Amino acid sequence: MNSNNNYRDILQETVTKKYKKRLFVDKLVTILTVVCVVAAIVPLVSILLEVVKNGVSAISFEFITQPQGSIGLGGGGVAPAIQGTIIVVGLASLIAAPIGVVTGIYLSEFAKEGTFPNMVRFFNDVLTGLPSIVIGIVGYVVIVLAMGSFSVLAGSISLSIIMMPIVVRVTEETLKIIPHSLREAGYSLGISKAKITLFIVLPSAKNGILTGIVIAISRIAGETAPLIMTILGTSLFFTGITGPVDALPLRIWRLASQPYESAHAFGWGSALILILMILALSIGLRFLAQRRSLFK
Amino acid sequence: MFSFLVFGAAVYTLLMVGLVAYSVVKGSIDIFSYEGIGFVIQTNWNPVEGRESFGALPYIVGTLISSAIAMAIGVPISLAIAVFISEIAPPRIGTPLSFITELLAAVPSIIYGLWALFVFRFWVRDLIEKPLYDAFHGYLPFFAKTPFGLDIFTAGIVLAIMIIPIVSSICREVMRVVPNSQREAAYSLGATRWETVRVAVFPYVKSGLVGATMLGLGRAVGETILVTMVIGNVIGPGAIPTSLFSQGQTLSSLIANEFNEASSDLHLSALIALGMILLILTMAINIVARLLVKKKVKVSSGAKSE
Amino acid sequence: MHNYSNSHNVKYQLAIEEPLEHKEAVVESIDKYKVSIQNVNGWFGTKRAIKDINLNVKERTVTAFIGPSGCGKTTLVRCLNRMHEMTPGARAEGRVIVDGVNIYDKSIDPVIIRRRIGMVFQKPNPFPTMSIFENVAAGLKLNGINNKTIIREIVEESLRNAALWDEVKNQLEQPGMSLSGGQQQRLCIARALALQPEVLLMDEPTSSLDPFGSSKIEELVRSLKDNVTIIIVTHNMQQAARVSDFTAFMYLGDLIEYGSTNQIFMKPEKELTERYISGKFG
Repeated sequence: MNSNNNYRDILQETVTKKYKKRLFVDKLVTILTVVCVVAAIVPLVSILLEVVKNGVSAISFEFITQPQGSIGLGGGGVAPAIQGTIIVVGLASLIAAPIGVVTGIYLSEFAKEGTFPNMVRFFNDVLTGLPSIVIGIVGYVVIVLAMGSFSVLAGSISLSIIMMPIVVRVTEETLKIIPHSLREAGYSLGISKAKITLFIVLPSAKNGILTGIVIAISRIAGETAPLIMTILGTSLFFTGITGPVDALPLRIWRLASQPYESAHAFGWGSALILILMILALSIGLRFLAQRRSLFK
Repeated sequence: MFSFLVFGAAVYTLLMVGLVAYSVVKGSIDIFSYEGIGFVIQTNWNPVEGRESFGALPYIVGTLISSAIAMAIGVPISLAIAVFISEIAPPRIGTPLSFITELLAAVPSIIYGLWALFVFRFWVRDLIEKPLYDAFHGYLPFFAKTPFGLDIFTAGIVLAIMIIPIVSSICREVMRVVPNSQREAAYSLGATRWETVRVAVFPYVKSGLVGATMLGLGRAVGETILVTMVIGNVIGPGAIPTSLFSQGQTLSSLIANEFNEASSDLHLSALIALGMILLILTMAINIVARLLVKKKVKVSSGAKSE
Repeated sequence: MHNYSNSHNVKYQLAIEEPLEHKEAVVESIDKYKVSIQNVNGWFGTKRAIKDINLNVKERTVTAFIGPSGCGKTTLVRCLNRMHEMTPGARAEGRVIVDGVNIYDKSIDPVIIRRRIGMVFQKPNPFPTMSIFENVAAGLKLNGINNKTIIREIVEESLRNAALWDEVKNQLEQPGMSLSGGQQQRLCIARALALQPEVLLMDEPTSSLDPFGSSKIEELVRSLKDNVTIIIVTHNMQQAARVSDFTAFMYLGDLIEYGSTNQIFMKPEKELTERYISGKFG
């Protein structure tokens, strides 16, 4: 065994020499990370403040219920856009949510492994990453061109393509967490897989899935790009699902591009309404979920 | 019956992907038969009847540069935030903080655009661009143009803010998987907290961090409405940026700008072709990203079970 | 951590600049012990895991901490290099005097302590992205050594001292994880030894190893004690009897009995000790 007093001294010397610097670097890194956290929070706060600050003054009863008046003169409101958003997003959710949940159920309960399910998962992932403008192009080529007009249908289907993969993923992940013992209990009682899924597994996963659906809806409610080439965005109220319609994100974009102050003010107002609607959706869901669990 | 329904829904996913591919290809056939593959590297953008000429290059460059700026700014910040929440902050600060970063993701991009157009661009112009211009415009080509806030630089910065939630949350997720025994090993050797992160955490999750970065890149590349509001909207050869403060145009922003006013079928086809290029780019990035992140999480959970 | 008043009224310099060896302070009756544990208490939140432990460890000895699961032996050992407080909600109070310096004194940075008091963990934890060489050198590089020759020398010596050199000398560039469990543990020991610690804490180092690997580690412990003071936690009584000079028996957070290994195992003074030794409870 070697005596290592020599190495000990070298080490001690180096350590004491470098200690101050190492401590300094450690403190510096801590400060830097805090700075970055602040750097992320500042824009968030600023955005919320500006939307509220600039949007509140534009909102009035007229704003919410009337269509737009003459450009440049102000007056009127964005009611068609509010209505349009509700209709287009609502329809899209009606398409995407059931299909998404059912696909999620397929992946989680009926086909966990295998080439086909893995392919579905893979392509589902691919779909989540697609730029929404490309989805808009799909809506245009497949529906607008085929039907000959811009329409609610084209917009809703496009939005549903964006929403569905999100719902699929959330559903599969939520179901994965449900303990297997629940299903086993059902099997041991001789219940069919379909019934087990519908009446035992799904109710337990309800909250998680609903939350996921709401997140997905919030996401598409704010989408602008796919709407540009599918619903066109008119200043009229809803005329039928095969006709064009307006929507808040689209309206905001158009208003922001105009040179008039009044248009900009309308834009902020619409932004505030959009955020409030999304917020109401999330809070509404949370409230519903609480009430349900109270009953249990 | 039930299982048929369920299976059918899965088929729907594949159908959708097929539909996407089909639409994009069908829409761009015209322009590619007109200009051939050269479309991708040409720089003109002339929709005038009789003298049509379209080229995608300036917008490919615009997409790449604005995304590069977004990465350069956003990734280090996201990583720092992930390190703070995961390694430094106690849980009662960390949990609300991660919730707040998620809120950033919930803001629709149109509202980012609104804010960037009417508020943020002035901050960027006055606090960053003007000083940089005054100091360096003689020597560095980066800062050559007179800045007025609506340019690829501003677009890049706001894109950076937009990718922070996704990049930092995935970084956090992969860092969480690092077993504590690794950190303890580093501490027991007399490491400071930062040194522990550097030696025991980062190397362990390297590929996961790269994957997170690429997911952020995919997001930045695909962003449309925000970019179109602040990037300045130029077309043709002049759209190739020569400095950080140049106006520019990305694949997605041009499509958004011109789609509704496309003057001819060829023009429309050119726009859809831009969409196809964008699609291929995004798909490649996202596929690589998912593979990297999946590998990291799998390997770690495999190692843990030893 | 309280600022205990020094009843001996001795001035001691706890400036970081001073190497521990050149202490001007001499604390009465402590200096013949390497590690003196005084009134140490450890908590996890509000639950007190170890109560009023007083124990003195002589230099260049092997001391074993034994006791049934949950008795606090691991907690105590982790208090000796200030790792205990890293667990969220955990804290420790008391004094632990190593070479005349109270490592819990407010002016001492745990980072410095941990280099001088090394630790080996229950499950081997080599850094998976590093080679065998890099693993052993990791501590050196962290602490600022970058002279390549010195690093190579220390790595070789540490691997020899850990009885691993002959097995790996031709594959130093191989990943650390490519070794067997027992070898990995010896790698971790080499990694700790590279920092020339004066005290080595071993927390159940053989509990995840097979008997062959375990016996190699035990041999190692006996050979290391000439240079390092060793404290080893073990739930295997026979192991304690085989490797240690002194043994401390703990139960439910209290130190029940402490004495030479011979005495504890042949003539335990407390009934509880006797019952544990004869296997009357786990």
